[in-house]
Amino acid sequence: MSERGLRAVGLTKVFGGLTAVSDVSIELTRGVLHAVIGPNGAGKTTLINMLSGDLAPTSGIFHFNGRDIFGYSSDLRSQFGIGRTYQKINIFPSFTALENCRLAAQSREPHPLSLLRGTGAYPSLTREAERALAAVGLEQRAQAIAGTLSHGEQRQLDIAMSLATRPQVLLLDEPLSGMGAEESVKMVRLLRELAKAHAVLLVEHDMDAVFALAEVLTVMVDGCVLQSGTQEQIRASAEVQRAYLGSVEEHRG
Amino acid sequence: MKLVRVILALGAIGVALVPLTGATFYIQLVSKIMILAIFAMSLDLLVGCAGLVSLGHAAFFGVAGYTLALLSPKYQAASIWLTLPAVLLMSAALASLIGTLVLRTSGVYFIMVTLAFGQMLYYLFHDTKLGGGSDGIYLYFKPELKIAGAKLLDLERPFHFFYFVFGIMLGVYFLLRRTFASPFGHALAGLRVNQQRMRSLGFPPLPYKLGAFVLAGTLAGLAGYLSACQFGFVNPEILSWHYSATVLMMLILGGVGRLYGAILGAFAYVLLQELMGSQALLGAAAKHWQLGMGAVIVLIVLLLPNGLGGIFDSLARIRVAQPQG
Repeated sequence: MSERGLRAVGLTKVFGGLTAVSDVSIELTRGVLHAVIGPNGAGKTTLINMLSGDLAPTSGIFHFNGRDIFGYSSDLRSQFGIGRTYQKINIFPSFTALENCRLAAQSREPHPLSLLRGTGAYPSLTREAERALAAVGLEQRAQAIAGTLSHGEQRQLDIAMSLATRPQVLLLDEPLSGMGAEESVKMVRLLRELAKAHAVLLVEHDMDAVFALAEVLTVMVDGCVLQSGTQEQIRASAEVQRAYLGSVEEHRG
Repeated sequence: MKLVRVILALGAIGVALVPLTGATFYIQLVSKIMILAIFAMSLDLLVGCAGLVSLGHAAFFGVAGYTLALLSPKYQAASIWLTLPAVLLMSAALASLIGTLVLRTSGVYFIMVTLAFGQMLYYLFHDTKLGGGSDGIYLYFKPELKIAGAKLLDLERPFHFFYFVFGIMLGVYFLLRRTFASPFGHALAGLRVNQQRMRSLGFPPLPYKLGAFVLAGTLAGLAGYLSACQFGFVNPEILSWHYSATVLMMLILGGVGRLYGAILGAFAYVLLQELMGSQALLGAAAKHWQLGMGAVIVLIVLLLPNGLGGIFDSLARIRVAQPQG
């Protein structure tokens, strides 16, 4: 078994009497885009929140690069190399795009006594921020106030902020939601690019995008894994067809 | 140059010219206001930058005043070289201690816990002999600034004291302005706006907030030191939550998060207080100055939700829209 990447075994989250996620295991390795699909309420976001450390699991095992990270908070996990985005766009709207990324990069390079110099006084932070913006194709918009960017650009910026922390694992919660067709095409291209150098977990409802991108899929229903496997295996699964994909096919027809 | 900066610079020059009037009353009044402005700016670092609303900020102001009073010899002047660093260290140490405990909470709980710590210190000084109980302590001689026996500053003279405070106020303003624009300030702002996102980017909230809390407490201590110098007297009232609330009101009046708002607010609050309390102007109504004061503050907050500093924002916008092609 590979020791690189993020490995979670038997993740379970119980809220009061409700089991939101039950015994889910997932493995993320560099170069592989792993998509998690399932109907609303299947526990996909709860799963991401547990992986990122935003939510403490009721039980389960976490290993990251061979190290046990169970119980580590989200800021520590980020420091180890687990980056994420949220379903809701989480940028700082009054900062410029560059400042957003510079702020993110700063967490890797804290200057504790840096009260007296402007944020521009650290060339390494600016370089890191520019690299992250370039990676998502926003280099032309560096000086734009983040709140004035288009919806699609804000999603790109959100990802760029995570990239500025140089993560090894990226957990992306519905990066395509609310996007127009053209923006979606751009984002799919970006995600494909990101999957080359990162371990990516993608939660997404846009099935065209998922099947265009994912090498491995996990289908969740009611907090449990219905099936997990390569794209071919999932497509061929009668169970998945019945439970989930079938309805999508009907819509298309 | 931005219009706002021009106005601020003109305002600063105007204030600097006050002692030339030669009227001791005004020199002392403006000195007092500038000390409160330093106090309010220190609170702005917490409220405006880090989003931490404290109702116990007077604790640092008050303990600093008491520290100076207790350190001063009874029959001669204390040295500024010794007492000022000692008071700042004391404030920083106290803020580290209180900050470590209160920063575990947030939102309304943070307000309540800071209030509780402030009141604890109030009663400590009010009910024990530590600082003369409810009578407080007199400071018969103001601290001196000497180099090789020569007096550089005579704080007994209102003129000297005024410029001493004026210089420190400008210093604090520029220090905090840099802090707001520094990586540290941006991290604080990020934590204020969206702590969850900041954590997922790898920022642990506590060290940043504690840094802000300690710096704010230290600067509040600086203001408390100056205030004790000016009045030659400390009593438990300077530790009470009323005082924390007053400085918060100044900040809200002037506009949160822009520093000069704290200065504007301090001026507006004290001048308004003088106006409402003036028997010559308002006769018997002056006894009830708090009533008029409250009404004016409610009006200002209703009409200017961003405080007096909000007017400056609209000025800045007018200017920015013109020349940039």
